[in-house]
Amino acid sequence: MPKHFLPHSALQSLIDVLAGQGYAVIAPQARNGSIVYEEARQADELPWGVSLNQAAGSSRTHQDGHSRCFAWANGPQALKPLVFAPSEPLWRIARTESGFAVEVDEMPKRPLAVIGVRACDLAALAIQDRHFLGGPHPDPHYGARREDMLLVAVNCTHPASTCFCASTGDGPEARSGFDLALTELDDGFIAQAGSPAGERLLAALPLQEAQSEKIEAAAAGVRRAAESQTRAIPGTNLRDALMARLDHGRWQEVGERCLACGNCTMVCPTCFCHAEVEQPGLDGSDSLHIREWDSCFGERHGYIHGKQLRPEISQRYRQWLTHKLASWHDQFGRSGCVGCGRCIAWCPVGIDITEEATALLK
Amino acid sequence: MNSPHVPQTARIVERVQESDDIFTLRLRFNDAAVQDSYSFAPGQFNMVYLPGAGEVPISISSDPEERTNFAHTIRAVGRITHGIAQLKPGDEVGLRGPYGRGWPLAEAEGKDVFIVTGGLGCAPVMAVIHYVLKRRERFRRLIILQGVKHSHDLIWRASYERWAQVPDTQVLLAANSTEALWPWHVGSPIDLVAQAEFEPAHAISMICGPEGMMVAAAKALKARGMNEADIHVSLERNMQCALGLCGHCQLGGHFVCKDGPVFSYPEVKALLERGGL
Amino acid sequence: MSRPRIAVHKFASCDGCQLAFLNAGESLVTLAQRVDILHFAEAGWIDQFAEVDIAFVEGSISTEHDIERIRAVRASARYLVTLGVCATAGGLQALRNGVKESASWVADIYASPQYIECLPESRPISAHVKVDLEIWGCPVTTEQVLGATASLLNGVTPANPGEPVCVECKRRGYTCVAVTQNAPCMGPVTRTGCGALCPGVGRACYGCFGPAELPNAAAMAEHFEQSGLSRRDVARRFLFITSTAQPFADIGQRYKEQDD
Repeated sequence: MPKHFLPHSALQSLIDVLAGQGYAVIAPQARNGSIVYEEARQADELPWGVSLNQAAGSSRTHQDGHSRCFAWANGPQALKPLVFAPSEPLWRIARTESGFAVEVDEMPKRPLAVIGVRACDLAALAIQDRHFLGGPHPDPHYGARREDMLLVAVNCTHPASTCFCASTGDGPEARSGFDLALTELDDGFIAQAGSPAGERLLAALPLQEAQSEKIEAAAAGVRRAAESQTRAIPGTNLRDALMARLDHGRWQEVGERCLACGNCTMVCPTCFCHAEVEQPGLDGSDSLHIREWDSCFGERHGYIHGKQLRPEISQRYRQWLTHKLASWHDQFGRSGCVGCGRCIAWCPVGIDITEEATALLK
Repeated sequence: MNSPHVPQTARIVERVQESDDIFTLRLRFNDAAVQDSYSFAPGQFNMVYLPGAGEVPISISSDPEERTNFAHTIRAVGRITHGIAQLKPGDEVGLRGPYGRGWPLAEAEGKDVFIVTGGLGCAPVMAVIHYVLKRRERFRRLIILQGVKHSHDLIWRASYERWAQVPDTQVLLAANSTEALWPWHVGSPIDLVAQAEFEPAHAISMICGPEGMMVAAAKALKARGMNEADIHVSLERNMQCALGLCGHCQLGGHFVCKDGPVFSYPEVKALLERGGL
Repeated sequence: MSRPRIAVHKFASCDGCQLAFLNAGESLVTLAQRVDILHFAEAGWIDQFAEVDIAFVEGSISTEHDIERIRAVRASARYLVTLGVCATAGGLQALRNGVKESASWVADIYASPQYIECLPESRPISAHVKVDLEIWGCPVTTEQVLGATASLLNGVTPANPGEPVCVECKRRGYTCVAVTQNAPCMGPVTRTGCGALCPGVGRACYGCFGPAELPNAAAMAEHFEQSGLSRRDVARRFLFITSTAQPFADIGQRYKEQDD
């Protein structure tokens, strides 16, 4: 695919063209010490000059005054809530004289265009696509949001200390699954289409010719992003190793540190567990059946009438880690970890999946 | 929007109180076309929706060839099943299904069939018992081993007595504690595996009940000389969507709702024997 | 069929939980059309010991008279629901429990202490009578109370999950105050129901809904200490609105004693 140069000053054109094509444009914005993905109309809403320092259990943004708007790794959420809604109605009933009738809401048709998708999140999206759409019962709610989504990837040049996508093989460069991929330089982006929709988008933008030194500088930035990662998962397939260590003493030890708060599962871009909940109306004439994100650290996950299958925190942590890194291979043919490091940064007590996996292998 | 999450309405045509807290509902879909096209295999389950309360997975206990209606035998143990227990004939519920993989009945043909159940584990295998008895010539011996905590938990007592009279059929019953005049074994159902008259090398076993009981039964059957691969278990997990999406029913890499609930023992042995997974 | 009858009772409390009904707006009208409200002093209905299907009880047991009254309430109700942490765990007023000098406080506070008759401890309703459902919160929300009521009117026990505040916080897309501000947030060990109210406005959760289903209070306390809180301040995080609820009570006491 040919490469082009999109100056920073043309970012507004990108937003305008997408909005003109009927998309709601979602882009990263600095908020409350972190980066969040929200609807944007103006390019100046993006985190210009913002840096993000993440460590285990810690995330801080700084206004550094530099000229870039993607000089950070990632926020707590990116694509997952946009396709797999944190809470949504599945159906509702209305009582009738003879019983009740079931109704399903139509999904609102407003396609999303997301600017600033990282390679790790594209890898996670491919897994979620397979989970929600690839089985015998495709999920129409996920499907409706996913169908017309346009994805503008931005290759990662500023990984956080919590990042380890190079070791999972999912980043820092976006290789597939995007419509347009950008790599940021101090004055703009190297841009490359990844789909016919991306081609059409490029054709509508005020592009400049990409000089070879700019192309090389962009590639070097991504290379450095891989090389500078200090964390690593100890192997891309830990299935057999972990399943052979279900009695390892480390589970107990991590169970003493783990708060069972579920934050790791909530921020994980591949975690798909959800609960179904009934919300009956007070007047008795109707009732709403919703689903909402749930966590394997919570009581509902391992509950069967009157019995808790995993009453200990160590068992819940083991369930999470062995699903993510071991049994995921049986279900999806790959690990459930894309190296985004969110579970490390957003764990209030800083439990580190790379450290735990490494300790378990000993 | 066409959604696999959405139940169809069905009406209760009959309700039988089987014991203090166990009852059977016979149901029929309101939409005749849905009822006509509805078929299930023994061992599969439906999601039963109580309006205003929520859904619960319940195995289908009737004979698969009864096409005008089907049955669920339910113990009132949780918030939703207690609510379902209050329903009367004529009331409506929501239903979707059938889901999951049922018992390997084709594989069982020409073999001794050894059914082991504990507690209300008898409901998922009830359809198998009916199935085998109706097609008695296709199977060799039928062993029905049922254990209950207390003798008053034994439902379909008359049926067991009747089945015990069927040729080539052996009924073994056990209760951990009993009322007076309990003619059968007092203690664990596992004790009775030794009394079963069958040919282990040409048998297939179907087990349903608490996980600890299933593990113990599988070990006892293996000790009698059965191949592990011929032992099948039906698992229970917190199935909320039944579509393999919600993740609550996972056991290792299995989604019990779609890969099970019936598994051959080697598929789940390591995970079941460990517990806490 | 006659309509279900309900009562709302008040014991030692601030009345804040009853406001879940009074603040319900139109839903209160809907409720009044669906049930007969026989006793709800704050709203004007008074028939204390009328036979009811559901009795909602706010407040803790703090006097001898409370004990007699809660027994009578229990005897006249088919289903008893505690509303809020006073009724469920003794409330803020349970801070006096186990404090030796608490008797002298009465004289320090009231001009005529001889009129004050109270038990040495503030106890939850469940310490005196059987409770069918406990709704945590300080105060409980209208959604919790009307949701539970709707379930009961449908003939089923309400789902009453004890999931941590964090899960709801993340569902709502709030940015974590513990991770971005090093705030001593109790969210990881506290039951939700509030809708992650405090983190939603950038403040640390202070645990007013009581312990979550499986709270690791020991690890939470250790984390607070490592984050710079004094042992006394760690104790105060746990010994506050739900000071008698386990495991908050034990952890709080341990940090309090080690501080002394």
